[in-house]
Amino acid sequence: MDRNSNVYTFLFAIIMIIIVASGLAFTATSLKPLQAENVRKEKMQNILSTIGVDVSRDEASLKYDDYVKQQLALFPDGTVNDEVDAFKLDLSKEVKKDHDKQNYPVYQAEKEGKTFYIIPLYGAGLWDALWGYIALDSDKNTIVGASFDHKSETPGLGAEINQSWFEDQYIGKKIFDENNEFVSVKAVKGGAKADDIHGVDAISGGTITSDGVSLMVEERLNNYIPYLKNN
Amino acid sequence: MAVENEGLFSKQNRSLLIDPLDDNNPITVQVLGICSALAITVQLKPAIVMALAVLFVLVFSNVIVSLLRNLIPNRIRIIVQLLIVASLVIVVDQVLKAYAYDVSKELSVFVGLIITNCIIMGRLEAFAMANGPWKAFLDGVGNAAGYGFILIVVAFFRELLGSGKLMGYEVLGHKAKTVAESTGLYQFGYENNGFMLLSPMALITVGVIIWLQRSKNRKLIEN
Repeated sequence: MDRNSNVYTFLFAIIMIIIVASGLAFTATSLKPLQAENVRKEKMQNILSTIGVDVSRDEASLKYDDYVKQQLALFPDGTVNDEVDAFKLDLSKEVKKDHDKQNYPVYQAEKEGKTFYIIPLYGAGLWDALWGYIALDSDKNTIVGASFDHKSETPGLGAEINQSWFEDQYIGKKIFDENNEFVSVKAVKGGAKADDIHGVDAISGGTITSDGVSLMVEERLNNYIPYLKNN
Repeated sequence: MAVENEGLFSKQNRSLLIDPLDDNNPITVQVLGICSALAITVQLKPAIVMALAVLFVLVFSNVIVSLLRNLIPNRIRIIVQLLIVASLVIVVDQVLKAYAYDVSKELSVFVGLIITNCIIMGRLEAFAMANGPWKAFLDGVGNAAGYGFILIVVAFFRELLGSGKLMGYEVLGHKAKTVAESTGLYQFGYENNGFMLLSPMALITVGVIIWLQRSKNRKLIEN
């Protein structure tokens, strides 16, 4: 057959595409369960890390049920929506909805007899998305742990938000002031004062990412005020 | 006319493997594949994985294209090459996500960008389309090794000088908040050079490597 003819060219292209497409479809389908499992375990690992349970990704799914007792999806008024599985909520999609149409997931965990409230976060950094979890103590005010991550912040600068030196600063900070008004916890450029219970040190050279974290924490926690104050 | 029976590792075949490491290095001599060399050399580990991923993609695409070289219609050859490279890259990406999740998160978008790595398309078009599979295999291994070698050297210096670590281990000591609490070099007031973490320094590091290489290897110097 003439290899420069149009028929040959079309035939070759069609056969090639069918082979490649079926090969890729097979690979993607057969690896999908493993990939979904990785994402699920990582989520559990992140949630556990905020209440000080550091486990590997593989252990996370085994230990998860020992600690996390309730996973609730909340209406904006703080009441529980029983029809939604909180763990399966995709926060990146929820935040795009109107405030009163969103579901607000919250995880209740128990460790050494104390109850903790873990709130997932989602926001924007300098280049792309930020997300994380913040765990509140039984008083629903004091932060006991925070975990942040990012899609593509600058390595060495904004990307440091997922390092423990940054995350651990949030421990012991309070989100409500003494008059029980919501003030959140902000990353302060140039360093927070030593006695500031609502501020942590921002990252030098990573101001926009730090501001993104502050905004994310404030915006997300703000939605949980009815829940945190009522229960 | 007698057909010369060439050994598997004849002198010519050996040079296919060795040339790209020095005389014909894809990064420092041909200056191809620079984009990924800038992007993923901040730390050693992703650089090594990237080098392996490129090795896999380049070797397989070279061999596949070489096997099909007499069948591929000339008019759509670039598209066919791209199709082969793209599918191999997707396989790498999917396998990493399933079996090496942490690494795949670090490399993120750059695995997908292997598709646009000029070294790969360059080798397919310049070599695999005109040579047999064994030669194409050697050429693929050689070029991927030449690429990976430079990547790893650049990443070594960037991670060491930029964050004081190698493969994530703090080889220069621990940097605490104050000089007094720090250990290793940091207790003498040593500071990491944050500039090493930014892309311009990757370019400068590659430039220094090119300079060193040419001062050793005189035949690379253009008039």
